[in-house]
Amino acid sequence: MERAENLARILEVNETFARDERGANDWLPILKLHRDEERFFESYKKATSEDVIRFYIIDADNPNSISYSVRAARENARSIRHLISLETWVQLNVFYNWIASLTGRNLRLSELSRLCGRIKEGVQLHSGIVTSTLYRDQVWSFYRLGVFTELADQVTRLIDIKYHALLPSWKDIGSPVDIAQWNALLRSASAYHGYRRVYPAGMSPTTVAGFILLSPRFPRSLTHCVSNIEATLDGLLSNEDLADVSFPRDSLETLKSLTERSSEDVITSGLHEYLDAVQIALLDFGSDVASTFFHAAPSS
Amino acid sequence: MFVSEKSTGLFASYDRGGFFCEMFGGDPGAARHTDAIRERMRQLKVSTLKRRSRQSDRELYNLGITFTVYSDRDAIDRVLPFDVIPRVLSRDDWQHIESGCIQRVAALNRFLYDVYHEQHILRDGVVPAELVLENANFRPEMKGLDLPHDTYVSICGIDLVRDGQGVFRVLEDNARTPSGVSYVVENRHLMMRAFPDLTNNVGLRPVSDYGMHLQAALAEIAPRDVLDPNIVLMSPGVFNSAYFEHVFLAREMGVPLVEGRDLIVEDDVVYMKTTGGLRRVDVIYRRVDDAFLDPEQFNPKSMLGVPGLFRAYRAGRVNLANAVGTGVADDKAVYAYMPRIVRYYLDEDPILQNVETHLCREPEGLAYTLAHLDELVVKPVGESGGYGVVVGPKASRAELEECRKCVEKDPDNYISQPMVELSVCPTLIDDAIEPRHVDLRPYIVTGKESWVLPGGLTRVALRRGSLVVNSSQGGGTKDTWVLE
Repeated sequence: MERAENLARILEVNETFARDERGANDWLPILKLHRDEERFFESYKKATSEDVIRFYIIDADNPNSISYSVRAARENARSIRHLISLETWVQLNVFYNWIASLTGRNLRLSELSRLCGRIKEGVQLHSGIVTSTLYRDQVWSFYRLGVFTELADQVTRLIDIKYHALLPSWKDIGSPVDIAQWNALLRSASAYHGYRRVYPAGMSPTTVAGFILLSPRFPRSLTHCVSNIEATLDGLLSNEDLADVSFPRDSLETLKSLTERSSEDVITSGLHEYLDAVQIALLDFGSDVASTFFHAAPSS
Repeated sequence: MFVSEKSTGLFASYDRGGFFCEMFGGDPGAARHTDAIRERMRQLKVSTLKRRSRQSDRELYNLGITFTVYSDRDAIDRVLPFDVIPRVLSRDDWQHIESGCIQRVAALNRFLYDVYHEQHILRDGVVPAELVLENANFRPEMKGLDLPHDTYVSICGIDLVRDGQGVFRVLEDNARTPSGVSYVVENRHLMMRAFPDLTNNVGLRPVSDYGMHLQAALAEIAPRDVLDPNIVLMSPGVFNSAYFEHVFLAREMGVPLVEGRDLIVEDDVVYMKTTGGLRRVDVIYRRVDDAFLDPEQFNPKSMLGVPGLFRAYRAGRVNLANAVGTGVADDKAVYAYMPRIVRYYLDEDPILQNVETHLCREPEGLAYTLAHLDELVVKPVGESGGYGVVVGPKASRAELEECRKCVEKDPDNYISQPMVELSVCPTLIDDAIEPRHVDLRPYIVTGKESWVLPGGLTRVALRRGSLVVNSSQGGGTKDTWVLE
């Protein structure tokens, strides 16, 4: 679900980028970002706005599409339906049925912003329902670990798309177009107002990227996600049922040290490399969770 | 003071077509128990009924109360059609059904205990020995195993039909893993939401405590040394078409839903894998057929089962509901002997009658069947879901000839019964209220003692004139009301 929401955010932000002067290539970065170029060009000729949007929203064959992600979320929910609340299941079911009913007509550029808005709203509703109805046992802790791991991964991708978009034209940094793009990025991440409160004047790549990635008070930031992951994990491990479980903390420590870097340091030493390191650490953390908690029993 | 049934309102043009009607009875003015309900329904317009019906369908779909048909790349969710006009049972009718079902389950359990122990009934020649011992569902592995309270069938669904005189008759016993109870509870919830004006204050017996009763019964059959038994529901998994029901039952009971791969057997003890390690399991409500339970003991290719589960079961370290090998009791050929089985063990007359049944394995039964093929319903013994059934009066000449060949070739595999004039119930069909045939499946839950869910699943054959109520053959369901 978090993946679906973030895709909606990325499509929306890219639609804003595409409105600027640069031409037809503009939808390519999204494909690069998800390493989807090969799969995309198997089915489509050119990265037009129409086809990329179709590919990422309703293409059921694309495992990175919103339709595919929501369907996977619903199938997962079906298999754990005895653990989640009825409201959670019904909303997800209705949401999925709506996504599955979308056709090309719903994807026109003039509708895209509204459509992405509804998708975000559906995911936010999901998260609100889960938060207010899920019984607070281990299921809740694992749900939170999953959400924050995914959010952390997604925020790095959101920044990465800006990085890709910038690549051909470093010379434009600080130009009006550049500023407009950072501005759009902030808004797409629901970070604009928070950013303005911290930085009332001006806008620089360092402060914007720094804010979205590292502000402990911005709820989608890496720092916020990682501190929630740690708190959730500690809460989980204090559960007496899990007294015998020992969790290797290396990947978590790596993540924490990454969030303790300064934004200047991150930008100067290479944003892209930094984002890569975060993504790798998140993957490691995910597999630590899986091997600690879900393969603990001897398997036959 | 008979009220004319040709009144105005919703049922103005309803004609029960000479059949016994669940809403209007057999004779004018007969069904006094539905007076109040009919009066309320008369106030409704067909268009109102249609609107609420559409909303209910939408709700079923949104709630995901669906069975799923999987193809190569798609999961298609189908809603089991739901008719909004309820089927209403009087208190007297229900008491009769309830006591009859309890009696029948008691006889089934006694029979199963006997065939897996001393086999008195076979030696006394009441039931032919080969019918039991050579039955594909007879499990010799079960011989000599003692189960808590001698309960083999913890969950039983008994299919009843009502004939032209309004008499309930047993059509089939389902003693393996009867399904459908989730629809009983969900249909009621749906009706309460869609028709507060009908359901309010008519004295409906509740059905939503099914999960609690089931949980209590399963706790009663736990191996004797356990005080707070750990119960789980074992499902074949998310691809099973009844998966919704498995989820429903696990939730209603508040027990973990597991698949075979979540369980493991060590030293004849069954454990469930949890995040905190292994947790012992005492009772498994399994919705997996005998053959797939344990690849060590039964079908070695089963991916659904748990190796060693049967050993743990035989060692008395875990209990299964229903027991292994209950299929020998709900076989269509054994069914014919049920009245004799009831008398043999309980020394009582059966409260619920069978439908008259001719066994083609017996010479006179075969001769009668072949001579009256066009009047009889012929059923293969080993099939379920209405498959392979030939309804003589409705079959073509070619179908009858085909049927004759099958019966002559393998008479042991067939029984025949007269065509029962199934009762009808007013049903919303397009823009009219028409009679459609219904059956009834009450659910009997047995731990130490038996309890019957008031009501049960009413299935309705939605095609005009059809007598086949199975969902695979165009059937739907109705809410079943038992009045206080």
